[in-house]
Amino acid sequence: MNMHTNTDFTLSIEDLTVSFDGFKAVDNLNFYLDKNELHVIIGPNGAGKTTVLDLICGKTKATSGSIKFLNSELTGLSEHAIVRAGVGRKFQTPSIYENLTVLENLEVSYPHGRGVLGSLLFKRNKKVLDKIHEIAKEIMLEQALDTEAGLLSHGQKQWLEIGMLLIQDPQLLMLDEPVAGMSVKEREQTAKLLNKISQGRSVLVIEHDMEFVARIAHKVTVLHQGKILATGDMEKVQNDPKVIEVYLGH
Amino acid sequence: MDAYTSSELISIFAMQGFSGISLFSVLLLMALGLAIIFGQMGVINMAHGEFMTVGAYTTYFMATLTETYFPAFMPYYFVFAIVVAFIVAGILGYLAEFALIRHLYKRPLDTLLATWGLSLIMQQSFRSLFGAREVSPTLPEWLLGSYQPTETIYIPINGMFVLGLTAVVTLGVYYLMFKSRWGLRVRATTQNRVMSGAVGINTKKVDRYTFALGCGIAGIAGAAFTTIASTGPTTGTLYIVDTFMVVVFGGAASLFGTIASAFSIAQAQSILEFFISGSMAKVYTLLALVVILMFKPEGLFASKVRR
Amino acid sequence: MSFVYEKIMGGKKGLTGFIILATLILIIFPLFLDAFRLNLVGKYLTYAFVAVSLVLLWGYGGILSLGQGIFFGLGGYAMAMFLKLEASSPENTTIQSTPGIPDFMDWNQLTELPWFWEPFTSFTFTILAVLIVPAAFAYIIGSAMFKRRVGGVYFAIITQVIAVILTVLIVGQQGVTGGINGITDLRTLHGWDITSDSAKNIFYFINCGLLLTVILASRFILTSKFGRILLAIRDKEDRVRFSGYDVANFKIFIFCFAAMISAIGGAMFTLQVGFMSPSFVGIVPSIEMVIFAAVGGRMSLIGAVYGTLLINYGKSAFSESFPEMWLFLIGGLFIAVVMLFPNGLAGLWNDYGHHITNKFVFISKAFSKLVPQSLLKKVEDAR
Repeated sequence: MNMHTNTDFTLSIEDLTVSFDGFKAVDNLNFYLDKNELHVIIGPNGAGKTTVLDLICGKTKATSGSIKFLNSELTGLSEHAIVRAGVGRKFQTPSIYENLTVLENLEVSYPHGRGVLGSLLFKRNKKVLDKIHEIAKEIMLEQALDTEAGLLSHGQKQWLEIGMLLIQDPQLLMLDEPVAGMSVKEREQTAKLLNKISQGRSVLVIEHDMEFVARIAHKVTVLHQGKILATGDMEKVQNDPKVIEVYLGH
Repeated sequence: MDAYTSSELISIFAMQGFSGISLFSVLLLMALGLAIIFGQMGVINMAHGEFMTVGAYTTYFMATLTETYFPAFMPYYFVFAIVVAFIVAGILGYLAEFALIRHLYKRPLDTLLATWGLSLIMQQSFRSLFGAREVSPTLPEWLLGSYQPTETIYIPINGMFVLGLTAVVTLGVYYLMFKSRWGLRVRATTQNRVMSGAVGINTKKVDRYTFALGCGIAGIAGAAFTTIASTGPTTGTLYIVDTFMVVVFGGAASLFGTIASAFSIAQAQSILEFFISGSMAKVYTLLALVVILMFKPEGLFASKVRR
Repeated sequence: MSFVYEKIMGGKKGLTGFIILATLILIIFPLFLDAFRLNLVGKYLTYAFVAVSLVLLWGYGGILSLGQGIFFGLGGYAMAMFLKLEASSPENTTIQSTPGIPDFMDWNQLTELPWFWEPFTSFTFTILAVLIVPAAFAYIIGSAMFKRRVGGVYFAIITQVIAVILTVLIVGQQGVTGGINGITDLRTLHGWDITSDSAKNIFYFINCGLLLTVILASRFILTSKFGRILLAIRDKEDRVRFSGYDVANFKIFIFCFAAMISAIGGAMFTLQVGFMSPSFVGIVPSIEMVIFAAVGGRMSLIGAVYGTLLINYGKSAFSESFPEMWLFLIGGLFIAVVMLFPNGLAGLWNDYGHHITNKFVFISKAFSKLVPQSLLKKVEDAR
């Protein structure tokens, strides 16, 4: 039914539109993401950035268009099926389980025992614990494994959520404002973390902090009123007259 | 249905339709109050039926008072009773918000338990004050009797009066909630409490008066209720579930939805009642609602929001 | 062994609580209460099944069901139907115009047994019905609602409506259900007189055994990964969904399990009390059972049992002396438990209880020093 052929892209979005009672939050969007690419979407408030992530991960249903991940169609799949296909998503406000410990947070995210029966019979064996420790080390929370997650600092909560995605080893990782509310030092550590984890997978980031974007982005896309305004490397985008117009006003 | 001729069927539908009107009026008045409290404020007020009972007992109390001390005033007291019922239920609602509800805005399921407790206390208070037996106020002469447009159709006057009252209250609520400055504050507060506070709305005051208004309207429902049935300590509990269904089915925040849903629920029940027993009419009506809500959980008239 | 200790008993703290509860209901109550009171406690303990189910469902899952009475009732009615058929043998009902059918059917001019009563002549079928019918019903409700993401407040209201529908149906269809009076005059089980003191005694212990087993099974669920996912769903449903879980399935499972537990309670109620009526199905009993769990502590399986016992003890004590005060008291309790101590008795125990246990440990240690070691040795050897 679809004339598009298979591609090498991890993610290829074509003619994607979603409208809420006539208002097109995302309008005929075409977007491609390569393997090993760290791509940042920027744009003014209400540009439709978060909506794009919502569409990819199935939180919002598309009105029309196609989203292909590793050449298989995602639109129409349920959220958990999209996750199991290899798409992980971090929310804008840290979304962790505050009443569970860091270890338990990571355990709940561990990609085994996802069914009812599987979770009842799930055993916290050495393999699971090793993986949890490995991830905890990566997100700088190894010392905090037994801490209740609600007690972590805002930045640590953001890392924990990234860790909860990493433990599932997704091919596509989507992060909505990963450094919001972080200190300068934490930003630096996060930039290193992102550069490291983008190896071997594709990462899609929404971010406002341009300095941070410049540090991490391989490619930048500017979204405005649901459409792509410009795309390319940071320098090219920054010098694009249309982008300047949108950001600096009339 | 073969046993009925078509003209008989028309009469049955007309008369059951009009008896459904009384139920519709009471349900709608109850639901208007609850739509404000539940639909706008998000509080699950299980004591809403008891606020109706407060209105009914207030009317009864006013009737007894008038009958004993000012018998000449009997033809007019009912109009005052409606106002007093509104005020008494409203004041009690104001106090309940102050003592109870305001601590629980972030925990909707807990408001359910706390207001259930409140309803138990109110029921026992009614029993202690007015006795366990059901009471009815003496109604003014002009409310009794019926109007007979054809030989087979009787339209009770009290039903018409209650319908008129409901129309007035509905218009009042519409104006207050959607056209007045105060209504804007209420809607602003319920949508974003913090932001509303930041732009200078006294959210605590808005909450308290909104809750009181909802309870006051339930009080009016109670006054209307006395024209169609007698009142006992547990009268309110009979209506609470139906009222919630009206609000949920109509789509919690839509005034038009509430009216349409009260109308369809009351009419379905009342017309079915003629053909099958009252209890089965209720079973079928509620069952139909549950099934519809399973397919359309957001109710009939919910607005689409970008989430 | 460590599996049993950690997963089912819940570690040292869980084990202590469990042993204290088991001692109380299995040893202390039977020793100190007369047959009548013990039967009364047995009746209360059947409500505890529902309270435990609400801890799983509401405390951990965040799913407030105001219709647990439905399942208690279904279990109770299934058992009552079996016992009623046994009580309505043709020999026992010769005076009826149609012998061999339950008396209320005869009064309502029924001349034959309705089809859905037929299988309840079999005890095996009845036991299966007690377990499966409520779970299946919960499965239907649960899949319809949870798959469509109906939750929270709406779920509470809809379960409430279903409880109303079932009550009205039972009361209205008195020819096949016994109506408002319920199913009464249940006397024998396979010819064994269930109204005798010895039978009641045996049922009491069976009931306790089942309740303790249910608590252990629930604890197994809560200590597994399932339990942590349940908590996670309660707090951040979207995060769980976007971690690759089909959230609805987890909710449906715990709802069905809770329904099954409640139904066991209902069946044991019928056996111990000798009747079942619609007054255990509707909104009022369903919400009352929520308050049992809330008072005991919505996060504590064992607390739920104490909450149930305490409230029902209070209810019977008050309705003997000041009946009019009881509604004020229970109403006040609803408000207090929500506003002042949301974690119930278990919460209070966790906050203040360790003072008491510390003292207890201190006293027992002091006591053990007073006893000569040689004596202890002798006791050991005697074992």
